Formats: sequence, structure tokens, C-alpha cells
Amino acid sequence: MYRYDEYDHTLVLERVAQYRDQLQRNLAGELSDDEFRPLRLQNGLYIQRHAPMLRVAIPYGMLSSTQLRKLSDIGRRYDRGYGHFSTRQNMQFNWPKLEDTGDILAELATVEMHAIQTSGNCIRNITTDPFAGVAPDEIVDPRPYCEVLRQWSTFHPEFAFLPRKFKIAVSGTLEDRAVTYAHDVGLQLYRDDKGEVLARVIVGGGMGRTPILGSVIHDALPWQHLPTYLDAVLRVYNRYGRRDNAYKARIKILVKAIGAETFARQVDEEWQLERDGIATVTQAELDRASAAFTDPDAPLRPATDAGFDAKRASDPAFARWVSRCVRGHKRPGYRAVTLSLKPTGVAPGDISCEQMDALADLADRYSFGELRVSHEQNVVLADVALADLYELWLGARAHGLATPNIGLLTDIICCPGGDFCSLANAKSIPIAQAIQEAFENLDYLYDVGDLELNISGCMNSCGHHHVGHIGILGVDKTGSEWYQVSIGGSQGNLTSLGDVIGPSFAAEEVPGVVTKLVETYVEQRTPEERFIDTVRRIGMAPFKARVYGEPTKKAEVTHG
Amino acid sequence: MAELIRGTEVVADDWTWVRLPETNEPVRKSAGKVVLFKLTGEPAASDDVISACDIPAGKVLLPLSVWLRRRDELATRADDGEIGVWLDSHEEPAELAESLGGNLNRLPLIGVNFPKFIDGRGYSIAFILRTRFGYRNELRALGDVLRDQMFFFHRCGFDAYLLRADQKAERCIGALKDFTTPYQTSTDGQPPVFRRRAAPGAGA
Repeated sequence: MYRYDEYDHTLVLERVAQYRDQLQRNLAGELSDDEFRPLRLQNGLYIQRHAPMLRVAIPYGMLSSTQLRKLSDIGRRYDRGYGHFSTRQNMQFNWPKLEDTGDILAELATVEMHAIQTSGNCIRNITTDPFAGVAPDEIVDPRPYCEVLRQWSTFHPEFAFLPRKFKIAVSGTLEDRAVTYAHDVGLQLYRDDKGEVLARVIVGGGMGRTPILGSVIHDALPWQHLPTYLDAVLRVYNRYGRRDNAYKARIKILVKAIGAETFARQVDEEWQLERDGIATVTQAELDRASAAFTDPDAPLRPATDAGFDAKRASDPAFARWVSRCVRGHKRPGYRAVTLSLKPTGVAPGDISCEQMDALADLADRYSFGELRVSHEQNVVLADVALADLYELWLGARAHGLATPNIGLLTDIICCPGGDFCSLANAKSIPIAQAIQEAFENLDYLYDVGDLELNISGCMNSCGHHHVGHIGILGVDKTGSEWYQVSIGGSQGNLTSLGDVIGPSFAAEEVPGVVTKLVETYVEQRTPEERFIDTVRRIGMAPFKARVYGEPTKKAEVTHG
Repeated sequence: MAELIRGTEVVADDWTWVRLPETNEPVRKSAGKVVLFKLTGEPAASDDVISACDIPAGKVLLPLSVWLRRRDELATRADDGEIGVWLDSHEEPAELAESLGGNLNRLPLIGVNFPKFIDGRGYSIAFILRTRFGYRNELRALGDVLRDQMFFFHRCGFDAYLLRADQKAERCIGALKDFTTPYQTSTDGQPPVFRRRAAPGAGA
């Protein structure tokens, strides 16, 4: 994992001092609220429905056990004993006091953490695959490149006041797990036939009010040029992106307005200014960053383990957990484990301070003290020995971290919604809970299989509802909360945006609607099909007919 | 009273900043394929307003539109070093460069206006003036010029700052040093941190 050197430490400490001064001036009335707002937002501080919300950066989702213990400590001392993992692999505290925020940042700095650029109209935390470095299908480990870009983007002097926020995702696998087509910039790293790392640069994707998949503007950018090329992308956007209307200010609107080809040409022209200049990344720096992400000093292990096989055969609950929460690893005898933060009855992504401490202990004991946060709002232990899985499971289960629902319908991706967020049109957490309750029968849930369900409380789409197999969006209709349902969205290599099935529903209708959508799938599927495959094959009509009760000749079948 | 910082000193301002009266007729917004620069609907000055613009004696900092339209009558004063030109955040440095035969250094002063501090276009304009057009003379930030942006102004190539009237100059000068070693390079010629790390005997 990347560790700070003197330069990194100094910068973060200087930011703490700068922020304390800004906060002080605001509290003293010297800095108006309007002028403080963009400054505090660039530091992850929102003024929310109940209290300020502080969003802490977890660069590309990587977290050490020491850092997690510090988050737990902060949650206890400055919040109400819990935190929330967001879909951008960050952690949010919902109840800090404004006056305490300077101290919290100072605490974070002691463990090489900060809240820099976690909000505001600037380059945000860069996200990537939570299985980076261990995935069997990985071509390029994206983390060193993410780190190079983290440094490039931190306090970039030219791009602190962009038209709107700017999100970058990086992937380096055959199967895209970073949603690169739905970001302002998506970078897909791969190798040419000589083994050189190249980036496919995708620009102008995004969710929000106007969901659009990005366009490829460079198919083979050598890695050394990532910062200068991205400078050029950002410069064109900074100068020509709309600033008169916040809803039309993302880069996707500019790319759409002038066309991806024109945009690419302008970027290329701009790039010539800096190309091959001193900002071109050196092999030495890439090596330095790469050295931070070497494999842990893990003993070689046999590919199979008799104890594991025996437990799996004798303990069905363990076997079930393994089938959903454990995935392959590039090294024999190891597995990557996803611990679910989605038990029924808890807001998706929420984690108590006790659980954080327990997780940190589990990471120390079984996964070299490292953890990753996934954009699905779960936590990954990436380097667990096959022989340790059973003990890990027992330990995780004791703290409510072993719900065997990864990738299932109840593994809901969900924003904080109207319970916390002042932007939201509608609540999202109670909807998630009602759906989880409607699908409590594990056998049925397993029979339904892979199904991604995403909920956003408003068009800002923090719950990524556009790429959910089932997407639910809170809308405001004459002051009351309604929910629009879409199907057919998907992340991954076949990224697609869902289509709305029809008029919206009241909150209490939503679990019933989801049930009908699932029933339709169960009736119509072929043995090999996942929900999304059936939607793609048979289209929207049968689902719509079932939900809205339009006449259909097919006999009604309900599950028991 | 707005104070002027040049480099790291408060100095007397010997330039008159000439501004056109506000117009209330925004350019029609268009998101067409060709119209790039008017996407945000900034007002454009009419010919009447430009010809009516009073240009006082002495050193004057003129709007780009006035310079472009009236540069023939200003030629002698320009040769005497009495003319500076300022760009608004939506205006094109290339237009200014073209009017000077590509040599921006014929001007002793260029200003860039920040109508609101959250309008970050001026940073890119400054970068482009310093790099693509090789401008070396005074580059002055105008408008909503505030303490908390000083560090960014400086790194993008500004070396003079006409502060908003309520700003305290000495604190703004202090803010130029908010960070000692930023990660990236910029027009200030600082190498990116990674090149310092690699240098022999490097250490912060």
C-alpha cells in the first residue's frame, strides 16, 4: 500500500493549517458562508439536513487496518459511533460538529488520510477495481497509475474551479469493474504486443440527470502521458464547459454538444503544448509507485486445502457464504473475500465503530492488514489464505459482517437519501430495507441469483441507479416522494443504462413492484440466464405488463 | 480601496482599469455543434458602446473588444507602452495574440478578469498566455481576487493581483505560500514532485 513520504505529509499538514484558518475566519464572520462554501466542499464538508457531513477520501478504495481504526476512533469521538461507505469508495461521517472539523482533519493526517477534493467542482477521488492486484483476469495493476494521478490531481492549480465535479475511474482488467464508461473520464489500461502499458481514454460518460455512456477519444495513450493528456482534457473542459446551468455543466454535455471527434481534436491540439514536457511521468516514478503495491510477503500455499473442503462440505451456511462472498485470486491457495455491509435492517454501506475495529483485526489476522472499499459499498479482504477462510467467516459472522448476499438482490447499492442528504428528493434507505425484508427467504434469493439493485434519492445518482439491473430513483412530485423504476441497466463490459418502465410508485408499492419484476424473470428465464440477460432477450414489455397489470394472455404464475 | 500586489509587494497602481458599462443583453445561448465560446451566454459589447468608451490619458488597461476595434487609433500609445489589455473569462487569448502579430510581449500588461471566484476559466487563460504564447510581462488577476485563491493564481502564471476591496493585502501575500511543494508542475517552472524525488540527494 502507498505510504506517504515527506512531500505527501507536508502537503496534507499544510492543508490542515489552511483549512483551520478558513474555518476560523468563517466562524469569526470574516469569510462569508458563500465564499466558505466552495472551500469547505473541496474539503468534503457539506452542511446537511441534520449536521455537517464530512466525506473522507479513501484513494482508490485502499485502506490499512491502522487507518480503519482511526476512522473508528473518529466515529466514536466526533460522530455517533458509525460511518458510511459511499459509492465512491469514500467514508462519510454524518454527525460531526462544524467546529470540530479542523481537529478531525488533523487526526486523519496522523494516519496519512485527508478529505481533500472529496466534493466541490474539482477532480474527485479516483476510483478503481476493489480486486486490483489480485484479480485473476488482471492485465495491468491500476493502483500505481491511480497513485500517480492522485498526486497530479491534488491541488491542481488550474482545475480547482471547474464548471462541475469531475470523476475519474481506472480499470486494468478484462472485465471492467470500475464503471469506466459512466465517468467523466474512464481509463482502461491494457498492454500492447510488446507489453507496454497503454490507456484507452473514455470521456463524457456519467449518470445524473442526463445519463450518457462515454466516448473513446484516445485508444492507445502510452502511460507516461496520462497527466499531460488529462491536463489537455481538463483545459478544454474548464474553458468551454457550460457554467450557466449546473445541470448542464458536466463534461458529458460539452462532449455531446460539440461531438466526441471535435472534442478529441481540441484535446489533441491542447496536448501538444505539454506533450513530452516535464510533467511526463518517468519510469522511476512509476517504479516507486509500483513498489508500494507489490504482493504482500505471503507464503506460498498449496492450491487446495483439505480443512477448507471439509468445512465446506459439512457446514451449509459456510458453503453458502463461500459461494457468494469468496472469489478467485491470482495466487494459488489465496482468495479475495467480500464482507457484506448489507444485512437487512441496516442502511447499505453503514458500519459501526465496533465493526470497524473488528474488521481491522480481521484484516491484520487474515489479510496482511489491508482492506479495500468497493463502489458497491462493501469491504474486501484481498489476500486471505484458503486455509483461513473458515476462521475468518466465524469472526466476520460474529460481527454481522458475513451476510452471504454479495451480488444478490439484497446487496443493494444505495445513497444516504432524504434521511440525511439535503439534495435528495426522497428517502432511499427505508426503500432498501423494505425490499430486503420482502426478499428474506434465502433459498428464493439464491434461486433468483445475480441481480444488482441500485437506489438513488435524486437525479444526482449517487446510488448509480442508471446501471442497476433494477434501478430505483426518488422523484419529487408536488411535494411528495415517488419512485421511478427502471430495468436493463448494467455495469461491466456490457455497460448499459436502464429504461424507465413507466409511471412512478409510492414508497409502499416499491417492494411489490420489485417482486413482480423478479417473478416475471423467474417465469421467463432460461436455465443459464441472469435477470439482466432475460431483460435483454425479451425486452421491457412482459415486465411492464406484469407491473402495470396490462392485459396479457399468459397464465399468471406466482411463486409460493 | 483595492490594493495591488506585484510579486510579493503592495505597490501603487499606475494603470487605469477601463471597463465597459454592463449590458443586459446576453448573447443567445446555443449548444450547436460549432458555437463553442458562447455556450455560457456572456454579454458582448456593441459597436456603439465600444466607440463611446472613454480612454483616459496615461497607462490604461483596456477591454479586449476595445483594443481589437480601436487599435489603429491606439498604435502610438501602444508603442509608448501605455496600453495593456484585459481578457474576460470567456474571451480568447488567441484573438489578442493575433492582433499583436503573435507577439504578446509587445504589451507591458495583460489582465484576466475573474467575474466570480468560482469561475475558474481565468486559470487556464493564464496558463495558455504563459506557455502557448510565451508571454513574459506582467499578468494581473482582476475582479474577484481573494486570499484563498492566491496560491493557484500564482502557480498558473499571475504575478500581479488587484485584490477585491475587502481583502487584506498582507494576508494575501502570506497565502502565496500556503503550500511549499505542490505535486504538479505549472507555469512557475517547479518540477513535479516526482522529479525531485528522483534527484540525487533528494529529501524534503
